[in-house]
Amino acid sequence: MVAVKDLLKRYNASNKHVVIIGNGISGITCARNIRKKSDFCITVISAETAYHFSRTALMYIYMGHLRYEDTKPYEDGFWNKNKINLLNRYITKVESSTKTLHLSNGEIFSYDILIIASGSKPNKFGWLGQDLKCVQGLYSFQDLQLLEENTKNAKQAVIVGGGLIGVELAEMLNSRNIEVTFLVREKHFWDKVMPVQEAKLIEKHIKEHHINLKLESELQEILSDENGKVKAITTKLGETITCQFVGLTVGVSPNISFLNGSEIKTDKGILVNEYFETNIKDVYAIGDCAQFTTVIKGRRAIEQVWYTGRMHGETLAHSLTVIKTNYNPGHWFNSAKFFDIEYQTYGNVPSIIADPFNSFYWEHPVGKMCIRVVYNLQTHVFIGINAFGIRMRHEVFNRWLVEGKEISYVMEHLAEANFDPEFFVRYETEINLKFKKEIVVL
Amino acid sequence: MKNESIAIANPDKHQLNTEAKISITLIAVGLLVFTASFFNIKYNAAYFLPISLSSIILGIILYSHSMYLNKPAGIKNDGVWFRSLTARGLVGWVLGVVLTSFYILLYWFPTFLGLGTNGEANTGVISFFDPLSKILNGKVAGQWFMYGTIYTTCIVALGYKFILKYRHNRYQVIRTIVVIISQLFLAYLIPEILEGLNSDKAYYAKDLKNMWPLNYYFFDAWHIDNMRNGGSLGMAYLVWGIVLFLIVTPIITYFVGKRWYCSWVCGCGGLSETAGDSFRQLSSKKVSVWKFERYIIHAVLLFSVVMTTGILYNYFTNTSTIFGLDTYTWLRQPYGFLIGAAFSGVVGVGFYPILGNRVWCRFGCPLAAYMGIFQRFKSRFRITTNGGQCISCGNCSNSCEMGIDVKAYAQRGENIIRASCVGCGICSAVCPRGVLKLENTDEENRLNNNPIIIGNNSIKLQL
Repeated sequence: MVAVKDLLKRYNASNKHVVIIGNGISGITCARNIRKKSDFCITVISAETAYHFSRTALMYIYMGHLRYEDTKPYEDGFWNKNKINLLNRYITKVESSTKTLHLSNGEIFSYDILIIASGSKPNKFGWLGQDLKCVQGLYSFQDLQLLEENTKNAKQAVIVGGGLIGVELAEMLNSRNIEVTFLVREKHFWDKVMPVQEAKLIEKHIKEHHINLKLESELQEILSDENGKVKAITTKLGETITCQFVGLTVGVSPNISFLNGSEIKTDKGILVNEYFETNIKDVYAIGDCAQFTTVIKGRRAIEQVWYTGRMHGETLAHSLTVIKTNYNPGHWFNSAKFFDIEYQTYGNVPSIIADPFNSFYWEHPVGKMCIRVVYNLQTHVFIGINAFGIRMRHEVFNRWLVEGKEISYVMEHLAEANFDPEFFVRYETEINLKFKKEIVVL
Repeated sequence: MKNESIAIANPDKHQLNTEAKISITLIAVGLLVFTASFFNIKYNAAYFLPISLSSIILGIILYSHSMYLNKPAGIKNDGVWFRSLTARGLVGWVLGVVLTSFYILLYWFPTFLGLGTNGEANTGVISFFDPLSKILNGKVAGQWFMYGTIYTTCIVALGYKFILKYRHNRYQVIRTIVVIISQLFLAYLIPEILEGLNSDKAYYAKDLKNMWPLNYYFFDAWHIDNMRNGGSLGMAYLVWGIVLFLIVTPIITYFVGKRWYCSWVCGCGGLSETAGDSFRQLSSKKVSVWKFERYIIHAVLLFSVVMTTGILYNYFTNTSTIFGLDTYTWLRQPYGFLIGAAFSGVVGVGFYPILGNRVWCRFGCPLAAYMGIFQRFKSRFRITTNGGQCISCGNCSNSCEMGIDVKAYAQRGENIIRASCVGCGICSAVCPRGVLKLENTDEENRLNNNPIIIGNNSIKLQL
């Protein structure tokens, strides 16, 4: 381990010292972009891992597709070459009055600019038995290590919470031949985000993988055996399900408990304005842990997505090195994979499509592919698309959204946006036939 | 976490189903019959060769069914890094040693495999192939006939397995069908049959697609003479061989990249893509290895050009030396030994389970280097990256058999234009977010000029 004082000796004392807490995608994107444009001394502190890795790839480590080292976006030598210090330490206290950080081993570290990008932690909602052995969430590298330990002898598992991490965890456990019961509180899988038809398509696919998907099922209590280890759960409907592992995947919330007692203002997350500034001068927050005081229309106060983390990092780095720039994200996009079905979305597709919006839905007869396009009933302007099992070009959809293309234009030119590999069967004609049959207003 | 299971498709298979048990038995019996022939056990090869080969093929087919068809189509990489065979464990090392030893015998000690010399009859494993050889070309088997038959069997059977594994991906299915057809017909059956029909003429290479400089003896004096004396068929092969590497190859490579050869029709590539598919993750993605690769592969290309120039100079001037040095001793013989045998054969395939399935293609193949120059500087082929959707997960880099760190490009929205890319398309197949697409379009936008992440209106960061 590098001693902190040795680390600082390597740098010119006259340089500004930027300290970033967290080596996830937000913090690292910010560090790299600060380096590109400045000579600041940059230190990234993380207690999680020595090097930046792709959090979204955790599942592939567990499934044996990748090793931990394969999930590092940059080779280890990259950091030294780019003069970005990495410090594998846990911060216990932030003292903004003296601009110092207190590390768990008693060392004290000073900064000129502090960027907090400490990410999230899994939610726990006070269920009985939530702290038993073999009950856990999945977010960090440590969670993954714990998962290895906790699922060693598991034959049956219960996953609570139907979101993206839940379905990933189901796929992970399935790859180790662990029987999975998947409890989803809502009427349909991820129906806060997806319209029902898409949700149903995914539900069918989840069941095809022999996951016991239980909709409208809520966790009541996690039951313990004599060793304080989970042995079963009960649902609100009174059902008891035997299991040796429980995965809690009911969302994440900002990981900011280390700021308790500091002067930095927090709510659910660290409160920031559109410049990522906190209430304390020279202290910024980006990524999962930041909460915007003024919410941009159509976005959330806390953005917990890979791509938004990157944008936060890029934007703040620009502010600190070039010119003060406010966060101004463009059209929404995201993607995921539900077992074998890929999902991409561009623009806005609400889960419930109501006036002034209307949508058109096409599904392939086999039920593993579908698209939904949303448009404005009055103006006919294209609003957004969900694509399942068909890849789309981000660049093209972004351009159409920026240019405010009408739905008829988008449908006519759908082939231009296709990003499927060569020789794949194309469905634009079929989709358009159905579209013309159903959407007559245009 | 480590699992020493030797299952090829799925680890932690607690119980093999009946189909898998039957298929494993079939493969084992086939291999046993085959192995027994090493020890000169006297049995009638006319019966036992077909029994051995067909039970191996049937076993692999059934095994693939039991592994893939009982699960929804999709990426099947579960446990690749846990298994002994595919993660450089004990089984992988043993297989590597066995394969390497086999190649050493094949190239330098074929008599150990039973090759009859000085008119003696074949014995051992080579004699096992005599009946089939007689049917196809009318002669007894040589070591290369035996090798070609095993090679083709591997590509056909394991190609079938590959097709089932990637059955949701039409690019992979079509490509692999072409790989199988190219090997079975162009590289194996047609040349053997033509050989039999022209048994009065001396030997020359009859695989239509095996061109110089991969086929390094193409311009050898004996080979040119044999083609010239081979009647109109021989002359056709001579002309085609020259036109193919000089004109056809650059043109097709311009339009679609070198993939048309490397991962669609090439024999070496065919084996890599089918039998070698389980080892693709073992190639090193380090920048240092990339640097080494660029030196060594272009050095081999240079070596082959110098060697061939010397030989052709001798051929046309009727001499045997160049700059006072004997061409055979100083160029042709070292090339054949070091590159032709040791590199492409022994290391190229023997090291599959250790260094990955494209060791030869990546570090040594002069034809790959030659086409790579076109692909890098003058081609319409590229792998397009899709805006901001990359999550740096690393699946693409992991599955790149050529050791390209694909994600290094994808995560900054940069198109991938690399001399070494063989266009197998697996990076695109395994990408969980739909980021990669193999494309041939305008040269103009080959290196795209999109922002690193599309969709950030605060700033537009360019590469």
